[in-house]
Amino acid sequence: MTLLTDPPKEQFRLSMLLYDTRYRSATFQVIALLCFMLLAAWLISNTAQNLAELGKPIDFGFFGESAGYDINQRLLDYDSQDTHLRAALIGLLNTLVVAALGCATATVLGVTVGVLRLSNNWLISRLMTVYVEMFRNVPVLLWIVFIMAVMIETLPAPRAFRGDNATASMLLGDSVALTNRGVYIPEPLFSRSLGDIHLLGESSLRFNVSLDLIVVLAVLIGGVWVSQFIKRRADRIQESTGDRPTTWYLRLGVIVVPLVIVLAALGFYLGHPELKGFNFKGGTHMRNSLIALWLALSLYTAAFVAEIVRSGIMAISSGQTEAASALGLRSNRIMSLVILPQALRVIVPPLISQYLNLTKNSSLAIAVGYMDITGTLGGITMNQTGRELECVLLLMLIYLIISLSISTVMNWYNESVKLEER
Amino acid sequence: MADLAIDREIDRSKMQVSDEVAVEIINMNKWYGTFHVLRDINLTVNSGERIVIAGPSGSGKSTLIRCINALEEHQQGKITVDGTELSNDLKNIDKIRSEVGMVFQHFNLFPHLTILENCTLAPIWVRKTPRKEAVERAMHFLEKVKIPDQANKYPGQLSGGQQQRVAIARSLCMMPRIMLFDEPTSALDPEMIKEVLDTMIELAEEGMTMLCVTHEMGFARQVANRVIFMDQGQIVEQNEPEEFFNNPQSERTKLFLSQILGH
Ligand SMILES: Nc1ncnc2c1ncn2[C@@H]1O[C@H](COP(=O)(O)OP(=O)(O)OP(=O)(O)O)[C@@H](O)[C@H]1O
Ligand SMILES: [Mg+2]
Repeated sequence: MTLLTDPPKEQFRLSMLLYDTRYRSATFQVIALLCFMLLAAWLISNTAQNLAELGKPIDFGFFGESAGYDINQRLLDYDSQDTHLRAALIGLLNTLVVAALGCATATVLGVTVGVLRLSNNWLISRLMTVYVEMFRNVPVLLWIVFIMAVMIETLPAPRAFRGDNATASMLLGDSVALTNRGVYIPEPLFSRSLGDIHLLGESSLRFNVSLDLIVVLAVLIGGVWVSQFIKRRADRIQESTGDRPTTWYLRLGVIVVPLVIVLAALGFYLGHPELKGFNFKGGTHMRNSLIALWLALSLYTAAFVAEIVRSGIMAISSGQTEAASALGLRSNRIMSLVILPQALRVIVPPLISQYLNLTKNSSLAIAVGYMDITGTLGGITMNQTGRELECVLLLMLIYLIISLSISTVMNWYNESVKLEER
Repeated sequence: MADLAIDREIDRSKMQVSDEVAVEIINMNKWYGTFHVLRDINLTVNSGERIVIAGPSGSGKSTLIRCINALEEHQQGKITVDGTELSNDLKNIDKIRSEVGMVFQHFNLFPHLTILENCTLAPIWVRKTPRKEAVERAMHFLEKVKIPDQANKYPGQLSGGQQQRVAIARSLCMMPRIMLFDEPTSALDPEMIKEVLDTMIELAEEGMTMLCVTHEMGFARQVANRVIFMDQGQIVEQNEPEEFFNNPQSERTKLFLSQILGH
């Protein structure tokens, strides 16, 4: 039924698709989508046809074949008889390891340098400026190779640690050895271990999970949770009485004490690396390639992070600090209650791109022979099987998924620190 | 010019100047590098005084009042606030800042906090007031500046005049005995100037000690008990408003008044 107050219905004309603001953007989007689908279909069919003519139709069967090459730095068991799929998995884990180590180090280092660069201490702020300019103005590939070269050239060989008149000695109570073959660090071991769970049987994706690790993590998370609970209680007490009870030792205690008890119950000890013959045995061996890549990526990215942090803090007008000082707040409170909450909003989005850059830059691992996903799937596997298209497509997909995961997590974090202004 | 902003009777009954000294500045000098901003400043402010500081741009008015709560440090001379001498001791500075409230030209509200949180932040973290009490007090002062209904909005959602009134309320929540105003109405439209001035007049009527840098000569005439004229870092002349406006002593004051009163 038409009410009298209804506006008169406008007749639809074809020209409205172009000139009416209501339809205009939809029209263009539909056209663009059609063009894109046509192009994609042409590319795909063309490629598939050409490959078929070459006798190489798209086929991922090579994944089941034996890889036939070794990977020295790895998290899971692997030998050259394993499949290409397992080699790719080892590579993927290596990529994730160096990316995670790099992002964490770059953040800590970058925030520190960024804040120090704003310091009133002339020497410190100048030193930080030199650091930032040195690292961000030289390609990261050169830093990777440079650090690798320095480690190989300057660190002692394992045999230098041998004998009564050894020229090199281990650090930190004979637990860490810096050698030109890499760094040996203690390995966490359990004398009353609960053992491992073997998952996925004998397949290429098989892996072990240490029950000890699960128990320790569970206790740790529980402790943190209780500690948060104590913090919330302190918040409530502060709200109702104004005084904040001192709880840091309690909060630390509920995390540390149960952890120590569990570790003792499991018979936790550190297995130290020891010189046996010409090399170190035991402990965890981090090869030079991993260390060089990790250090170079962190130092390089930290220079950018420092600039982001510095500009984020500087973007907050000095009026904010003045107003807070005039109210009697001390400088550490001003930083944590007024400046950082506002600066984070500016800092987090560009920080996401830095994490993504670091992750993608980790594919330069190939320069020092660290076997990441690019070195395995995109390197030896691709060369051996001749499946360029499959390997590269998969590689792109994997980096895309890693990057999108990082963005999702960080965006979620960004939402939580975002300024609610309007 | 600005006389039009005030259109109500002012209740002077509580505007009593006591002989208790609130702020005392003796022979104060300040430099920015080699630039001598403040020269031999001597100024005594008694409790309950309403002082307007006027002067051309760059004459050091802001710098002077910012020295009083240690936002700027002075190099020579002595500043005493409520019996506490300003020194480099952090405790002294804390004490003085808790006695002295300050309102800025550009409001400087914290944009990431609501109006209410802006008002309770310092009482909770500096004065250790229980939150409930801090909220009650904040609401009390927000009512006083006539915006209790905006308490849960963010500063960005308020008009300039409203923001400046929140800034005043935020200072008052710390229960200061002295209020400093640095051109509180200069960034506002005429409409809003009036609402902010009204709030300031109410404060004066309650006997607050006020030092106010402003170009609102109407406010100076009707509310101030003393007008101070500064030029090139010096206090050139100070007098009661009547005398100051009708019978300026120095040439520089005359020139300034003729410019600002716009003839
Ligand atoms: N941080 C600073 N470093 C160097 N010089 C400064 C600084 N702050 C202010 N000045 C200079 O000190 C002088 C006094 O500044 P001040 O802000 O006190 O003037 P003002 O009287 O408040 O002027 P206005 O009416 O424009 O606000 C000006 O010449 C200014 O350029
Ligand atoms: Mg000024």
